[in-house]
Amino acid sequence: MKSYLTCAASTLALVASTAAFAGPEAEVLHYWTSGGEAKSVAVLQKEFADNGGTWTDMPVAGGGGDAAMTALRARVLSGNAPTAVQLKGPAIQEWYEEGVLADISAVAEANNWADVLPESIAGHMKCEGTWCAAPVNVHRVDWIWANSDVLSSNGIEMPKTWDEFNAAAAKLQAAGIIPLAHGGQAWQDATVFEAVALGILGADGFRKAFVDLDKETLTSDAMVAVFDQMRKMRGFVDPNFSGRDWNLATAMVMNGEAAFQIMGDWAKGEFMAAGKVPGDDFLCMSTPGEGFLYNVDSFAMFSVDGEEKRQGQDLLAKLVVGQNFQKVFNLNKGSIPARTDVSLDEFDSCAVLSADDMAASSAGGSLLPSYAHGMALRGAQSGAITDVVTAHFNSDMSSADAVQQLATAVANSM
Amino acid sequence: MFKWLEENTPKLVLAPSFIAVMVFVYGFIAWTAWVSLTRSRLLPKYEIDGFIQYDRLFASPRWDTAFGNLFIFGILFIVIAMILGLLLAILLDQNIRTEGALRTIYLYPMALSMIVTGTAWKWILNPGLGLEATVRGWGFENFTFDWLVNPDMAIYTIVIAAIWQSSGFVMALFLAGLRSVDGEIIKAAQVDGIPTWRVYTAIIIPSMAPIFLSAFIVLSHLAIKSFDLVIALTGGGPGYATDLPATYMYAMAFSRGDIGQAASSAMIMMMVVFTIVVPYLYSELRSKDG
Amino acid sequence: MADYSMHTVRNNNPIGKIALRWGLYVMLGIFAVFYLMPFFVMLTTSLKSLDEIRTGDLISLPREVTLDAWRTAWSGACTGIQCEGMRPYFWNSMLIAIPGVAISTLLGALNGYVVSQWKFRGANIIFSLMLFGCFIPFQVVLLPMARVLGMMGIAGTIPGLIFVHVIYGLGFTTLFFRNYYVSIPSELTKAAKVDGAGFFRIFWSIFLPLSIPIIVVTVIWQFTQIWNDFLFGVSFSQAGTQPVTVALNNIVNSTTGVKEYNVDMAAAIIAALPTLLVYVVAGKYFVRGLTAGSVKG
Repeated sequence: MKSYLTCAASTLALVASTAAFAGPEAEVLHYWTSGGEAKSVAVLQKEFADNGGTWTDMPVAGGGGDAAMTALRARVLSGNAPTAVQLKGPAIQEWYEEGVLADISAVAEANNWADVLPESIAGHMKCEGTWCAAPVNVHRVDWIWANSDVLSSNGIEMPKTWDEFNAAAAKLQAAGIIPLAHGGQAWQDATVFEAVALGILGADGFRKAFVDLDKETLTSDAMVAVFDQMRKMRGFVDPNFSGRDWNLATAMVMNGEAAFQIMGDWAKGEFMAAGKVPGDDFLCMSTPGEGFLYNVDSFAMFSVDGEEKRQGQDLLAKLVVGQNFQKVFNLNKGSIPARTDVSLDEFDSCAVLSADDMAASSAGGSLLPSYAHGMALRGAQSGAITDVVTAHFNSDMSSADAVQQLATAVANSM
Repeated sequence: MFKWLEENTPKLVLAPSFIAVMVFVYGFIAWTAWVSLTRSRLLPKYEIDGFIQYDRLFASPRWDTAFGNLFIFGILFIVIAMILGLLLAILLDQNIRTEGALRTIYLYPMALSMIVTGTAWKWILNPGLGLEATVRGWGFENFTFDWLVNPDMAIYTIVIAAIWQSSGFVMALFLAGLRSVDGEIIKAAQVDGIPTWRVYTAIIIPSMAPIFLSAFIVLSHLAIKSFDLVIALTGGGPGYATDLPATYMYAMAFSRGDIGQAASSAMIMMMVVFTIVVPYLYSELRSKDG
Repeated sequence: MADYSMHTVRNNNPIGKIALRWGLYVMLGIFAVFYLMPFFVMLTTSLKSLDEIRTGDLISLPREVTLDAWRTAWSGACTGIQCEGMRPYFWNSMLIAIPGVAISTLLGALNGYVVSQWKFRGANIIFSLMLFGCFIPFQVVLLPMARVLGMMGIAGTIPGLIFVHVIYGLGFTTLFFRNYYVSIPSELTKAAKVDGAGFFRIFWSIFLPLSIPIIVVTVIWQFTQIWNDFLFGVSFSQAGTQPVTVALNNIVNSTTGVKEYNVDMAAAIIAALPTLLVYVVAGKYFVRGLTAGSVKG
């Protein structure tokens, strides 16, 4: 009888205590809103729910995160920060400096993040030694995509140097095909620019110029050569490129109007949505030059009140870098896992190539952050550089002038 | 006590709005001015650091373009939208049978969010996809309309789209004004044999001076606020040829974590507006007194 | 209604009159085409399938009309993890817009009435100061307002958004009403005061009935501004209180996903329907105007 009563009492106490604690919660601000992206995030939400968590979705699309950043600022200032935010690159450290990020080192250490993530990528997730963000994927930016039929019928191979590219482009122009499909928006101009820059400056030069902002490199002859090549690229695009959305440029490659496009690996999603097969209908390769420019999406954890939210952050962080999510998310999204120990059996040939290149460049020290996609520099500096790049591309500015403006703009933006 | 309340009712009624405006408009302008003197980046800081933000602003070629565009775009937009709005209002006032439908047709653009209308305009104005391609398809091989992709002419496409969006509302303002003009005076003038057009220019339009003020304020507000329009139509491009202070401000504040810059550009813009609007207001309100 | 239409002009030339009339309609027609052009593109795109958009001409008529995009936009498009289209957000926008419009219009009418009819010292200056509020760019206001709303405890709520929209609409609504009332002769108010009517009585029985055209204009303006606002909507809301513009933005502006132009167009048209309805309904009141008789008294 007595044991029955104690048993009942303790059960009651147990039930009462679990009822008082509602379980981990997270309000997640992100900008993955299109069909494919949303499906990928839904995977995380489901895992979160399976582990007892409640996910409140706060999606804000647009501008590669601009609108989301606006909402974030307003939320932080009104004292109501979201639990987790899709942030990337130096922005994470910038927010850390404002003192509003949380510390998830406990989760990171318990799950051995330092071992399974490449060093450069792990570096982005840390704020002064403590872990403050969880990486989701690795997008490669410096890809060149091609229509394989157009290439074979014009006797062209995928170019391995920029000279080869120029020669191929000349051949294509003679045959009446647009060499480079391009969308004239500032970020696309910047994407092409940094691919060219990587090829001409080399990995070290790129790092000096776009990570260290070394003035000598920015005003060097090599940089002038980069702008020269950009001027040539300008001649390889069709007259109506201005303002074109990136996916319409991909469509031009798909239907044979154009031969090449320089774009990150999300272009693959567009090809595959149209039923094209990598290797058969379209080809993927690194742009001419040694190195790998990455764009890593991640969730940064903000300082919030309440045990439920803190538990939510820990759970979220653990799941994001978990094997299952890394595989499924990236299969849907077209990028590759940030985690190096995920099996790539189900991924397509371009993804496998990307992963191999990433491992190789990480070992060789040429795994570099993309400046055009906000990984290498803070917004003010990368924006200043992009202003010069896009102004040069859209006018007849000389390379010498461009280099001067580049140095001035960078100095002005500090 | 009641007498005091009764005498001061007008002021008491006006007071809440006035106080709200003082706090939320002028208070915030003061805040912006303060921030423009600091080194604020991601979030506002309050240590005054002098005029560095203004130095940086004036050294930026992109700001030069944006500032110049404000005048080109602003003047063209305001003048043409006013004329067009007035013209449409006068035309619609002529006892048109399908007035209701036409009025909605002219007005509806304002209802559509520019986020998507911008895409439609982009397609129409794009030489390869839109108007130029279509007209050439009709046989006019030499027809060119490539303003959208031309850095020198792109700003004028913004003007066109902006006029399309807002002139209907100006028309509505003027139509309301036309309809409220005292019919007796008109009839008297017509009985005297004055031709219709003269009735308009000599009697009706002058009596609508307050409407002109409203239209001007509305259009200036739209010109300054033009953000969605630019982003949707050209993204500020080609390059940054169609940048405007509003887009510059937004980019600095929210994309580039450079709030100090955003604040300084905002202050400059407001000073410009102030110097234009205040004299106009003064002359308008002066003539009303008495 | 002012009756100075063309046909009261003494014109002895019937052919000239007809030609003028035709010219009038032709001009109106040409303008109508200009205004309708983008809508035509949007509508036809929304009725096409994605394949047709990808492979076809962007401006032509659809080869095959399909309403799938409309269905998706209303209840199936992804605005984040939820793929419920725009439907859930409509109610939020209504809750924000209707009170916002009503309150700001009423306050504007009262303010305009005060400033134009009850002149006291400094009335014009106060009016000018309020007017300047129309010019403040919203980006400037965003961050300090976020702080203030946070302090007031209404950040992220519907009342918070109503509050913000009313404050920034006051400049315009006051302007519209003041400019309208200014042309009403002050004898009217004086006569009513002599008769013993008070401040509110005069407003209610005399000015309000005369204000139909300007109420229409103000409602059109305010409803459009509030319903179509994105910046305040995205910054001062959270999950559950987001207006329809945020949903539209999420559907349309995903940067690296596949763009479904037909769904985007359908979604934009759906988002605009309430505003268009307001225009059509309010437009009926344009026909009734100020009648000369009541002004003369």
